[in-house]
Amino acid sequence: MTPTDGLTREHGHELLLDMLRIRRMEERCAELYQKTKIRGFLHLYIGEEAVAVGAMRALTPDDAVVATYREHGHALIRGVSAEKIMAEMYGKQEGCSRGRGGSMHLYDAPTRFYGGNAIVGGGIPLAVGMALADKMQGRERVSACFFGDGAAAEGEFHESMNLAALWHLPVLFCCENNLYGMGTGIERAQSETRLALRAASYRMSAWDVDGMDVLAVEEATRRAAEAVRSGGGPHFLEFRTYRFRAHSMFDPELYRSKEEVAAWKERDPIELFRQRLRDAELLTDDEDAGLEALASDEVERAVAFAEAGTWEPVEDLERFVLSEPAPQREVAS
Amino acid sequence: MADAPDTRPMTLVQAVNDALDVALSQDPRVLLFGEDVGMGGVFRVSDGLQGKHGEARVFDTPLAEAGIVGYGIGLALAGMRPVAEIQFAGFLYPALDQVLSHLGRYRHRTRGRFTVPMVIRAPYGGGVHTPEQHADSPEAVLTQAPGVKVVIPSDPMRAKGLLLAAIEDPDPVFFLEAIKLYRSVKAEVPSGHYTLELGRARVARAGDAATLVTYGGMVEVCLKAAEVAAREGVELEVIDLETLAPFDAATVMASVEKTGRAVVVYEARKIGGFGAEVAARIAEETVWSLQAPVLRVAGWDAPYPPFSAIEHHYRPDARRVLEAVRKVLAA
Repeated sequence: MTPTDGLTREHGHELLLDMLRIRRMEERCAELYQKTKIRGFLHLYIGEEAVAVGAMRALTPDDAVVATYREHGHALIRGVSAEKIMAEMYGKQEGCSRGRGGSMHLYDAPTRFYGGNAIVGGGIPLAVGMALADKMQGRERVSACFFGDGAAAEGEFHESMNLAALWHLPVLFCCENNLYGMGTGIERAQSETRLALRAASYRMSAWDVDGMDVLAVEEATRRAAEAVRSGGGPHFLEFRTYRFRAHSMFDPELYRSKEEVAAWKERDPIELFRQRLRDAELLTDDEDAGLEALASDEVERAVAFAEAGTWEPVEDLERFVLSEPAPQREVAS
Repeated sequence: MADAPDTRPMTLVQAVNDALDVALSQDPRVLLFGEDVGMGGVFRVSDGLQGKHGEARVFDTPLAEAGIVGYGIGLALAGMRPVAEIQFAGFLYPALDQVLSHLGRYRHRTRGRFTVPMVIRAPYGGGVHTPEQHADSPEAVLTQAPGVKVVIPSDPMRAKGLLLAAIEDPDPVFFLEAIKLYRSVKAEVPSGHYTLELGRARVARAGDAATLVTYGGMVEVCLKAAEVAAREGVELEVIDLETLAPFDAATVMASVEKTGRAVVVYEARKIGGFGAEVAARIAEETVWSLQAPVLRVAGWDAPYPPFSAIEHHYRPDARRVLEAVRKVLAA
């Protein structure tokens, strides 16, 4: 555990609030899924909140974020409004992807949030390409790419690690190692389960981080992001974390024991941090209740916004497949 | 083309090189990369471009096809105009995730907020004794990628104008270059900048007896067949699709309605090839004009043969096209 020395009350509250915002939103999404308000697939981030919350704090608005299909929390903390996220979950036009992305494809141009990617490892080369563009243009930006441990078995992971290191590109690889690629445990899928070690084999700085400790995540990401930003080439962080809920809403979780899940829940990132704030006398009961209320209110506003949203007309389905020609101008004869 | 009257004789390789040179010269966002592209490429398409435009804009990548396409998507999202080369169209298969899952979906998924203006060039097709994957014609797979345009030029002049249009297009474009045409013909090509409209088929030869619908490397085969037929007094109309996706049905239907007979010619495997789509569209849209069944002349339902001695059996030639023409004329 990183020490809480030097942690201000305000900073501590922000971190706790952000984790609560994700947790409460995700819990509400699960309910809405049961009520068939949200359809399709739904991959919840519950248990992993410390990673997105800690990591996003190290990024600036100019940086780019590429994420996975378990990206609701990343989008929220990156600054996409809960309203727009929830409307997108519903498939409403007012959503951040205008209703076409859904849970797995949240996109947002103003916050440079490049998705949302349903294909494991599919987003990694994109982040490398964006970093290449930044390097060519002399921009001091970081392209932060989130992906899971499962992606480390994909070819695109290795192609991207190799090129980013070879060309010294400003990419921050954020591996969220939650120990399972859907239902396959990491020891059954990876010849080397220490994923940071693998990244290091491409000659880039890489280390693992306690992903249940929001302060450790923030500190490590800040250090790595600053190094990337100042021309230090790609960096790789392996966040050791765990998802408390099933892979998706269809997953009966036959591949892991209740005891294992219970043991990890002992290290719930929210409860761990809450207790540390209390131990350091940085959080009172009233303050705690206040943060909870803020998180719950935000979710309820988001649900109301999504409920009030509108559906895309079916006639529009074939629109935006390709660019649309500008309206024909009359040509004077 | 009015502002570019000077022409020079060029092969298709030279015309593509010239188009890339023009694009790199006039738009600093244009980048050219792929396997061995910096040193000129397998077919020398990018010869001299690194020397002229620098290693920052014309560069080699590692052997990583999914990466090449994926990096390009990222570059395009970040405001560049990437032109990636896949060394052979048959080497594209490791990159199909990026092509089918990502490349063309950004616009639709975000209702136009994110776009990927990227060109992927690849040599395709047979006719020069390259075996197997080195002669593949996977264009039908690419037309199944939503949001991606597929362009296949049939001569040097059109290759240059279409490639410049593709690079300037706001959508991702696959640009396939028939290996057989790379050096087999020289034609006058305007110098400087000009573009030809994407999404339009053209009448490559006018006629009234039957319509040959084709594209890319098969256009010269069909034109040759039409010449032979003309000696017997049979005037065939040859439609060069140029852009497969989006498909210019109007030009094809207008021709078939006029002639009442259609033969579709392509060199990919017959089953599921793009010609199957063309034949289906003719049946759907203009069946009452037809005097004969729509026939297809295509590659065999087998991998492209590895031995040059039997290659000419696989790849359609004028003789096979004329056999099909005789059948539709006899019906």
